[in-house]
Formats: sequence, C-alpha cells, structure tokens
Amino acid sequence: MAQPRALVVRSAGTNCDAETAFVFESCGARATILPALPFLERPQLLADYQILAIPGGFSYGDDILAGKVFGLELAHRAGPEVVKLVERGGVAIGICNGFQVLVQMGLLPGLAAPFGAPEVTLTDNDVNRYQDRWVHLRVVTDRCVFLEKGERLFVPMAHGEGKLVPRDEAMRKRLFADERVALRYVAPDGSDDPPFPWNPNGAVDSVAGLIDRTGRILGLMPHPERHQFPWQHPTWTRDGLADVPDGRKLFLRAVRAVS
Amino acid sequence: LIEEVRVDPKEAVVPFADLAPARVARVEVPLRAAGDAELARISADGLLALDLAEMRAIRDQFAKEGRDPTDVELETLAQTWSEHCKHKTLTSAVELSGDGAPRKYANLLRDTIFAATKQLARDWCLSVFRDNAGVVAFDDDYAVTFKVETHNHPSALEPYGGAGTGVGGVIRDTLGTGLGAKPILSTDVFCVGPQELREEQLPKGTLPPRRILQGVVAGVRDYGNRMGIPTANGAVFVHPDYRTNPLVFCGSVGFIPRDRIAKAARKDDRVFVLGGRTGRDGIHGATFSSLSLDAASATVASGAVQIGNAIEEKKLLDAVLDARDHDCFSAVTDCGAGGLSSAVGEMAEQLGAEVELSRVPLKYQGLTPGEIWISEAQERMVVAVRPEKVETLKELCRVHQVEATDLGRFTGDGRLRLTYAGQVVGDLDVRFLHDGLPKRTRPARVAAVARVSQGRLEDVDCAKALLALLASPDVTSKEEIVRQYDHEVLAGSAVKPMVGPGGFGPSDGCVVAPRLGSTRGIVVGCGLSPTTGAIDPHAMALLAVDEAVRNVVALGGRFDRVALLDNFAWPSVDDEATLGSIARCAEGCRDAALAYGAPFISGKDSLHNQTKTADGVVRIPPTLLVSALTLIDDVTRAVTMDAKEAGGLLVLVGTTRDELGGARLLQHLGRAGGPDRGIVPQVDLNSARAVHEAVARALASGAVRACHDLCEGGLAVALAEMCLAGGLGATLDVASVPRTAGLDGDAIVLFSESAPRYLLETTWDGVERVEKALAGVPHAVVATLIGQPQLVATGLRPGPLLNLRLADLTRAFRTGLGI
Repeated sequence: MAQPRALVVRSAGTNCDAETAFVFESCGARATILPALPFLERPQLLADYQILAIPGGFSYGDDILAGKVFGLELAHRAGPEVVKLVERGGVAIGICNGFQVLVQMGLLPGLAAPFGAPEVTLTDNDVNRYQDRWVHLRVVTDRCVFLEKGERLFVPMAHGEGKLVPRDEAMRKRLFADERVALRYVAPDGSDDPPFPWNPNGAVDSVAGLIDRTGRILGLMPHPERHQFPWQHPTWTRDGLADVPDGRKLFLRAVRAVS
Repeated sequence: LIEEVRVDPKEAVVPFADLAPARVARVEVPLRAAGDAELARISADGLLALDLAEMRAIRDQFAKEGRDPTDVELETLAQTWSEHCKHKTLTSAVELSGDGAPRKYANLLRDTIFAATKQLARDWCLSVFRDNAGVVAFDDDYAVTFKVETHNHPSALEPYGGAGTGVGGVIRDTLGTGLGAKPILSTDVFCVGPQELREEQLPKGTLPPRRILQGVVAGVRDYGNRMGIPTANGAVFVHPDYRTNPLVFCGSVGFIPRDRIAKAARKDDRVFVLGGRTGRDGIHGATFSSLSLDAASATVASGAVQIGNAIEEKKLLDAVLDARDHDCFSAVTDCGAGGLSSAVGEMAEQLGAEVELSRVPLKYQGLTPGEIWISEAQERMVVAVRPEKVETLKELCRVHQVEATDLGRFTGDGRLRLTYAGQVVGDLDVRFLHDGLPKRTRPARVAAVARVSQGRLEDVDCAKALLALLASPDVTSKEEIVRQYDHEVLAGSAVKPMVGPGGFGPSDGCVVAPRLGSTRGIVVGCGLSPTTGAIDPHAMALLAVDEAVRNVVALGGRFDRVALLDNFAWPSVDDEATLGSIARCAEGCRDAALAYGAPFISGKDSLHNQTKTADGVVRIPPTLLVSALTLIDDVTRAVTMDAKEAGGLLVLVGTTRDELGGARLLQHLGRAGGPDRGIVPQVDLNSARAVHEAVARALASGAVRACHDLCEGGLAVALAEMCLAGGLGATLDVASVPRTAGLDGDAIVLFSESAPRYLLETTWDGVERVEKALAGVPHAVVATLIGQPQLVATGLRPGPLLNLRLADLTRAFRTGLGI
C-alpha cells in the first residue's frame, strides 16, 4: 500500500498551510504545500494525490466576500480535477477560509452536482467582529469519511465571517433532507441550538460544517488542525493531556480512508 | 526656498519601469550661503526636524564639497539623522548629577543598557542591538528574534491605520532580521486616556480615547489576523496624560535558522525592492514622529500616516522566506521609517550604492524623486540580490505574485548615488551620512525622590476597594480585545492569553511552541509601570523589568534564559530634568539586567510624546515598556494562573512592604497626587534574584499547580483573579503574609504593589517540595482554596475583613473596557 499524498494549496493570504500539512504528515500522509499559481497553471497534477486540503486564512484578503476570489479561480481552472479526485476515491477538506472557498466554488453542499452556483454563504458573525474561541461540535452524519456520527469534538474557531446562511428556506430544508449537514455547534452539555458564544457566529441551525453528496468532501469553520497536539487544549493544565486530541481524529480517519 | 519640482504632464512619472521615465530638474538648496536663521527656517519649512548644529554640520560638509546639496540629499540626511532612526537623545553624551556622585556617559545607551549586555556576555545571545531585532538561541537549529516598536503619532491621528501599519512595520523588522526570520507571534500594549472622556473635554484636534482604543484594536486585529500571526500577549493602561498622545507598542517574535542570521550586502549585488508600490503616503513619517503633536497635526501631517495592506505584506513575507531558502540574497532590510532612503542607505553603509529612482514602481504618477526616495509606503523590503540569482528571485516572486524591481547595485565606492532618468539627483558620502551627525554633550539632573507613606489607611473599605480595582481599566478583563485577535494560528499556542475553565482568567503571558513536532517553547511577557515613572524613573525601570521577568517565570519559563527588550516612550527631552529622568531609567534597566543576569537584546525609543494645546503642553508620563522572552524546555510543563482544586494551599513568595506609591489603591481613593502619595515600590535587587530563582525551582519540581504574579492591585487582586479564573473560593489569613516589621494596616497588606511577589498553588502532598524549593526566601502559606464560591479574609485584628461572593468578583473583573 503506497503512502497517501496530500496536496495543500495556498493562495495569497492563506496562513494555516504549514500546520495543516503537518497534521496530515503526522497522521501518515506525505504532504506538499503548493502556491495557487502553479496549481492553477497545471491542475492535472492533482492526479498524483489522494487528499486535497484548502487551509484557513484570508485568501486574497477576502476581498468582495470571504473565499470568493480563490473559489472562483479554483472552480474555473481546477474544478473538474477536484471532482475527478473524489470520483476516484480521494478526499478533500476545506477549513475555515478553505470551507468558504469550497462553498463559493459551489462544491459544498453541492446539491447541483457536481458543482454550480453557491447554495449557501458564510457571512459576518452576528457579533459583527472576529472571534477566536473554543467550541463544541456534534457530528450529525454517518456519511463522512472524516467523522463518526454522534461524536463530540472540542476545537477552536477563529473567524469574522462564519455564519452559515442557506440561499432560501427550501435550501435550508434540503441541507438536512439530503444529509449535507455534518457538524453542528452544541452547548457544553450537548444541548442543541446554543446561544452565543457556543454558536459563535449565529449560523442558521447551528451548522458548523457541510459535506457533499459523497461524504468525501468536508468543509467546516472551526480549526481541527489547531487541536492536533494535546497541549493546544485551553485547559490541559487542569484536565491533563489527551492521548488523541479531537482535531487529530479527523485527519487520522481521512488518511486511513485513502490508504 | 526649496523650489517646487515641476513635471511636464506629458512626461509624467509612469508606474512602469519599461516606459520612458520623466525628466525632472535637479533641485539644489542654497545652503552654503545660509546663516543660522536661514538654516533654522529651511529645517522647519521642510519638516526636516534637524536642529541648528546639525544644519551647520551639513552646510559645512557641502561647503567642503564645493556645492550646495540637492533637495533629495537634504531629505536623506534628515531621515537618516532623525530621532526616530538615530536615537540622538539616548545615544548622546550625558553628564548626570543631583543624586550622589556625578557621572558622565559618553553614549548613554551604549554605556548603560548595552554595556550590561556586553558584561553579561551570554553565549546564547546571537545578535544584539545590531540588526532589526535581537536574536537568541532556541535549539541547535533555530534562533528566536524579538523586536518591539511604537507607532504613537500615526495612531493619534488615525488609530486604525496607525496601529495596523505599526503591526505591519514590526513584522517587517522580523522579516528584515538576518536573512529573514519568520514571524511567529505578535504582542501589543496600548496606553490610552480615560475611556469616558468626550470630544468636548479634549483639546482641539484630539480624538476621544474610546475612539482611539477601538480603532487601534481593530487595526491590530485586521492586520495581524490577515498576516496569520498569533497576537497572544499584551496589556492596556489608562492614564489621563495619554489622552492626546496614546502609546501603541507592537512587538514581533520571529523564528530563523541559525545559519541565516549573518548578512552583508556584497559589491555588485543588485539592489531590489520587493512588494508594494510606492505612493505619496508616509512622507516625513520619521521626522513627523520627532516633533510634538498639535491641533494642526491632523492636516499638516496627514500624509505622514501610511496606508496598510496586510495581504500585500503576507505575499511579501512568503516570497522573502522562499527566496531566503533559495539563497537569493546576501542581505535584506525593511522599508520602514525613511523608506528607501533608510533601507538602501543602511545596506549601503559600508559599500555605497547607485539607485535609479525612476525604476521604482509607483501607485500613481506625479511623485518627485525626493518623494519616491523617502516615501514610507508600506509592504516593501529591499534585498541585495546575488547577480547569479536574479532570475531565481524573479521567478519566486512571480509565483508568490509579488512585484520585484531592480533599482541598481551596491558599488563599493562609498558613495550613495541617486539618479532619476539618468540625471544625478543625489551623491552622498556614506561615511558622512552615517557618522557625520554632530555629537552632543548634555547636562542632566536627577530630581530628588520623596518617600512618604500615605499612612495606615484604616478607614478604607477593603471589599469595596477590591471590587472597584477588579473593574478598573488597568485590571479589568481584556477578553473583548483578546478574542478579536487570532491567538492560535500557526498551531503553537500552549498557554493562551485567557485561561481557566471559563476562558476568562488573565494569563501572565503566553507559551508558544514554534517548531511543529517539538514541545520546546518560548514564554513571552511584558512589564510596565507608567504611574511610577513621573515619581521615580529608576524604580519604574526595576518594576518593569521585574514584572516582565515574573510573567515568564510564573508560566514555567527558564529564569536563566530571560532576554529583555526596552521601549522608552517619553515626552520631549528638552530640559535637564527630563533628560535626567530618562538617564535614571536607563541606569535602572542596566542595574536590573546585571542583577538578574538577563541581558537586553534590542530596544527602541519614542520621544516627543506630547501635545501643544491652548492650555499648555500635555506630556505623557515617562513610560518604559519591558518585554521578556525566555525558553521552556517542554511546554507540557507550563503552569497557568487559574486555581485548580479545592483544598489547595496558596503560598505567597516575597516580602510585602508599605509600598502604595503609584499603586491602584491610591488611584481608586483619589490620593495618587500630593506629598503623601505613597512610597513607590523599590525592588531590592540584592534579594529579588533569589525570589525568582526559588519560584522557578518550585515550578520545576512539578508540585506547583497554579502560579500568578502580583502586580496591579497587589495580593487581593491576584488572589481574586486566581479564584475567579478557576471557579473556586478561598480563605485568606492576612496576618500570615510575610511583611516588613511593623506593617500593620490590612489595606496596605492587601493592596501594596511590592515586587517581586508570587502566589503559588500547591497540594498537601506537594507543599513540602515547594517549601524546600523556596528555602531561604520569604514565603508562607497564606490561603486555602475552598469549594464554596466565596473569598473570605481575616485581617490583622479579630473579625472578618473580606467576605465576597465569587460571582461578584467575577462580574467586576469582567466589566471590560466596553469597546
């Protein structure tokens, strides 16, 4: 069995590429960080990879709308290659700004398969300012290669535009009917639809992450790669160090799924 | 007298190097014939901020060369010789008298702070006071860099842009250290006026302090977050005398391979500018910061404030680090104050260079050669490119979408030769440029320091005072600011700015593991004591150093590897008393550094922090910020300040004295002025080192579960913070506090700001190990943690002293600044 390869694509303003590549490597993949330009010039190189990651940051300054410019670039120049990656059993993840990019590409939730116009958007937090805080998530799907249904995850979020809003009421219903909702914010006691700060941005239906039709593309606002080491946990000095930090679990599963 | 440069619109400067450049007349300033009055006028009219002696030196130099200087040459000298770039006051010769034996320093900074660093001769100091940042060893492969800058005047006029470009500027300092360090952590400290002041209560032309703080926070947030660098340490101080002139300190820690620290441009290297285009923003920034503010500053100097674009800088950062790893250049420096004139001038200090100014990419047409040369347009770096690597550099810059432009070469002939479209507009001797500044000797007088106790304060309601102090601006939670900063990007955050189960406990500093896959880390903290600076600048220096050291030791950092940075922020140093205060502060830094074995590795000063108003000059309190950085061998051994477990014992380390001068209690009581304003805390350097070492030993023993340093508000505030951070109550016995003989006022013991002191939480099982580590230094178990949400204290006399609900303490602490 060959070692899986992960491609981490960064644009001007991407800033979580190093730690995203590192977590894939520490979970058994071989990771490559590539600037957007060479990738867009030759998107066929994705054929050599089993994992695609779009990390967090502020791609092109998030001018116009978070993830819009990079999303359009990827959709127009590399969209078919990403679809092929998934069709041949690969996986893709977009974290924070990467999620915004996948949404603006139309890949997530991807109801108009394989992809078309954006069906949801990620807009300004209700508190109207950037927030960095830890949140509790619950996995509500059993179709995602990165996740296990019912699992609870404690990971940090850090964004100013993370409020998920579906295009309209019909779309809102379809997100659930077609099982595209993967992660929801919950209160520390596990109860649904918590207020701020547990739903840190005011996302509709407390949605924190989406998957596509296949469950092989995941996008989420919080940062699992920022809980890959046990000492990143905000209260490890009182609660001790975890064996497998919550965020790391996602990457372990993804690497295993493509091995 | 300085003639307007006229550009024919048909031949205007165009922003593309491949198009024909404009022809611009060479402008000469008739300096040789000028008398003193005329010299002063030329300096004032041109915003040159050069004094008469300096203007005369320039005149005499050009008389020797047999010609008048061009406008560009005069500007170059003004930028290079500015207070901002040359630190003329701190490097001048000073004759100090007024307190004991008079003494003379040939160069104040060199003979105090820098001399201490030299004397300590730590082999882990890899580059100090030389490069854009100080550099210390991290492990066998990497080193850590640290620099803190101020951006005060721009932030007074335009808080958002001023603070944003302050962050951008210090990040470029990191990027311009060695052959380029990767920024891994940002710090920020703000000193502002009382937030309740309204516009009509302020001098004309001054923004309300609330608007300044909001703007500054937003500026740091938007620039820092976009750069993808965690902002994880800082402080906010409020004092009425910052109302017209806020202080905005921005720090940047970098990470660099140890074989990339040395740099030197070589003869025939190409001069390249990378990054953003040049515009008319930030003209005269360096000289503007060397003048006082006044009501007209906002209009006269608006062009001095730069315009930032974080993504431009992020691209530049990626390109420079990539080019560094491809061995593209032999030197790099940032375009900061003075723009290209300072950057190229600095790199050409040994060699000389020739630069064609019409090649500089412009944002828009119409800049004169002089403006191109001194513009402080942001997001630019200058690199000395090895000729054989020019194509590699260009390709890397293309991939990162960064503009790279060849401006000329380093010549080796010792001249800084500037041309515009082939015509020589400047030709300076680099030796005169860098060494021609006339040396000054100035007398300085040390003011006597009165040490009068405020008395026993028997009438003080300690419970009320504690709640008030917890809600006061210097103490109250900064959570609303911290949470707006991405403090976890780069995945190295081991101790965050807010700790405890509720996520609102105020950590003493931050712990970061910068190397992915390693648990070796750095610990960063800061100290400042602006309320004591006006009373006793030497004591202020010791307090600032001590607090910074306590911050990093309290988290588990190594005491033997502490490196310090100084930032002096002063009003204009134009009289003997003010020069005396800055000299005493410098002596304090030296004394503390030597006593602790903790060298200063970098520093910066910002003078002229004062404002001319209709009611006279408003001067800031003399302010010293000390930043500390140390190592922690394993971040999983770090200790946080939140109380951990009911039944835990709290050990107070250090002696409490009657020291409330400048303290928060007397401010709260409205007794901070007057002759009985209390005794400023005096750090006893003979015994303080032992306290820090003992606490570091206790933490290393593994028996300390929580540790917090005592600073603003003293014991009462520190204990309350530990309790509310951990969600636990405590019982405190004031009588058991180690204190000077005869000290018998409860309020004094609770709120004294004596230093150094720490509170340590341990267990019944661990207390023996802790006490063993603390042998020889004053300490005692003073409190016990309890499950009931109450803070209870018994005083020196029978009967309860405090009985406060944890919820009330928490609510008071979480009042926030309301921004």
